[in-house]
Amino acid sequence: MAVEVKPKETSEIETEQLATGCEAIAEAIRLADVDVMAAYPIRPYDGVMQAAAKLIANGKMDVEYIVADGEHSQFEIVKHACAVGARVFVGSSGVGWFYAFEAIAVTAGLRLPVVAICGNRALDDPGAFGTEHNDSLAVRDLGWLLPWAETAQEALDLALMAWRVAEDKRVSLPVAIGLDGAFLTHSQHIVKIPTQAAVDKFLPKFDLGDRLLHPDNPITIAPQVDQDWLMEIRRQNDAAMRNALGVIREAHTDFKKIFGRGGDSPFLDEYMTDDAEVVVIGQGTLSLPMKVAIRRLRKERGLKIGLVRLKWFRPFPTEEVVKSLRRFKAVGVIDRDYSFGSPYYGGVLYNEIRSALYSQAKRPVIVAFIAGLGGREIEQPMATEIFEKTMAAAKGDLAGGDTCHWIGVRE
Amino acid sequence: MAEDRSVSIEVVYRGIFQKTLAQRICRSVVLAARKKGHTGTAFARYGDSPERNGVPAKQFAVVAADELELEASMAKYEPSVVDVSIAVDDTLVKGVESWAWYGRQPIWKPVRANGWLLVTSDKKPAEVLAQTDAAERPYTLGIVPGGASFAGLWVYKDDHTDFRVLGALAKILPQWIALDDAKAASLELAKGDRSAVASVQVGYDSTEMRPVKLGEGTSGHEVLQFTKPGWTTMRPGIIVEARKPGERNPYYKKYGARTMRPVVNFDTCIKCTMCWLDCPDECFEVTPEGHYEVVYEACIGCGICAQVCPVKDCIVMVDELKFTDNKDKWQLWKQDHATYNAWFEDMSGVSADPKKGAAGSVPPNANPAANPTTSAGGDE
Repeated sequence: MAVEVKPKETSEIETEQLATGCEAIAEAIRLADVDVMAAYPIRPYDGVMQAAAKLIANGKMDVEYIVADGEHSQFEIVKHACAVGARVFVGSSGVGWFYAFEAIAVTAGLRLPVVAICGNRALDDPGAFGTEHNDSLAVRDLGWLLPWAETAQEALDLALMAWRVAEDKRVSLPVAIGLDGAFLTHSQHIVKIPTQAAVDKFLPKFDLGDRLLHPDNPITIAPQVDQDWLMEIRRQNDAAMRNALGVIREAHTDFKKIFGRGGDSPFLDEYMTDDAEVVVIGQGTLSLPMKVAIRRLRKERGLKIGLVRLKWFRPFPTEEVVKSLRRFKAVGVIDRDYSFGSPYYGGVLYNEIRSALYSQAKRPVIVAFIAGLGGREIEQPMATEIFEKTMAAAKGDLAGGDTCHWIGVRE
Repeated sequence: MAEDRSVSIEVVYRGIFQKTLAQRICRSVVLAARKKGHTGTAFARYGDSPERNGVPAKQFAVVAADELELEASMAKYEPSVVDVSIAVDDTLVKGVESWAWYGRQPIWKPVRANGWLLVTSDKKPAEVLAQTDAAERPYTLGIVPGGASFAGLWVYKDDHTDFRVLGALAKILPQWIALDDAKAASLELAKGDRSAVASVQVGYDSTEMRPVKLGEGTSGHEVLQFTKPGWTTMRPGIIVEARKPGERNPYYKKYGARTMRPVVNFDTCIKCTMCWLDCPDECFEVTPEGHYEVVYEACIGCGICAQVCPVKDCIVMVDELKFTDNKDKWQLWKQDHATYNAWFEDMSGVSADPKKGAAGSVPPNANPAANPTTSAGGDE
């Protein structure tokens, strides 16, 4: 349960709470004045279910809260609610996310701005609860926007951003915020909760315009089409995804203006990169142990190392990533996911980053790491090993060439 | 595609009702040509599946000199140009509007210059030509003797329409299908029944050929063509404008599915609402007097109205080729009962006055949906 922490000083735009990532998301649902949310229990998404239910029970939130008979119905419910003009929220985790897969695909196809969280969790089998990003990443080609949060605060902030970007008519695509199971969803942290007035300044009312399914606006959505129509529809979705980059930039600028948070770039969070020769890049909470390692290794060994954290995987901020990473001698890509049989047996992020840099005349050496699967902690010796290998690669001393390195796995 | 290297044939047929027939014709073409050493492919148009009752559909046979030549015809939905188009119901010459298509095509649209349009019909070439869109290229109209052969999806009315058509093809394409090869293939397909060979010979001997010159035919049919929008002009979100209450679809009319149409005797109508209630396509409009007039642009000719009408000869199903337009007829009746009734009698062959009885011989209702007992053939 969220414990109210007395603010040190009164603020006109926010109060503080000690809250988990799930509770922070529930606060965002309240602040966004969501009309319909659908739920079905699966850890770690169930944390949001419980937190939202508590807000409703305590009279703090008014939302149509529908507990579905399964994840497929859960996602269909919000898709349909969205089509009739409701602001919606939904979410799931791991194989629950996969059970909803058909509904997830059609939501993006239909350009309905559903906001979801994917509480990242290892896919069964074997049944496991810990974080892995393959659930979210499975939808990477479908037209969902995919940001990843590092902290409970960022989870709340990204959720508010998500409705604004998703519902923008230039985009009108669904968003699934990646939240690392346990480390983010179930850990409490001090979170600044914005006031309603401040949020209202940032987030306009949802308006589907002439796409609203209503008796006064007779339309048919999702008719069957054939080869004479489909390619144009896909190209429209492609254009919407391209538009999303600019809309995210706009939203980020406004968010910073109103709330004073969000960092320099909407897409990348750079840590100690100014003088760095070697960096690692990854998504979500793995940045936390890596930052500890950077401070320690800089102090102990004077290594010029840093971190780039990718905040949006879709749309992939190619320009920003290229501009940032081409400054370094070597880049270690840490995937908390796998892509069995992929080029060089690397993870999903590795191959995306490698592809983004391919056309650059000057490009860093790229090293693939797979770490922290199934929620395994990235401990300091592992972080050290990752930096040592990346440093060696920068000098051309790393054995194994392009082979992907599994970190912390028992031989 | 070089004519001497390959040949493309299409069969235009009534969806579901003639699916098996179309498939048998296309397969027999490939199998007969194979006897000469040619290779080939037979396939149905993907966009027609799943077929709709009576809605025009197409199947194809492409025969080529060798596998390399055939590749140009593979991985295609349909040939853009055919050498021969075969309509296995003569009412199809009024145009083809498939359910996955956009608008109405003249029946000869894919037929190359100096190609062939074969139509199975009991009518004279002139009668069929009078309902065919005016030719934009010269072609030859061939009438293969015999009425439309209807059968359900799972049964086949084995009246040898397929073998007669194969005989006609052997006549016009001897370099691809030799008469003897057609006979040998038919014997195999008929599992040794020698009457199939005789039917091939009938098709070969009796198909009446009528060269059609540029401009011959009718210009009375509705032009129904649409431009497909690009991605920048399409409505986002996979949205199409819905029809408003009472409004009919201007893009997809459905009347091309019709082999017969209902005509109504307004004088004997008792305004019982049965036709209006049971019409699956909501074709009937209520007149100010409470009669029910048929909107022919929306009617698929299923015949249900004629079946449910409790008054004898009040709604009569009539051969579609007798009509040249889709105009509603109630206005004519309202202006002048006598003229309308004379028209009704001429078209339907029954008396408008119930006391007088039949004015002529009433043709059996050939529509399979309206008269299902006549459509059941033997099991294939």
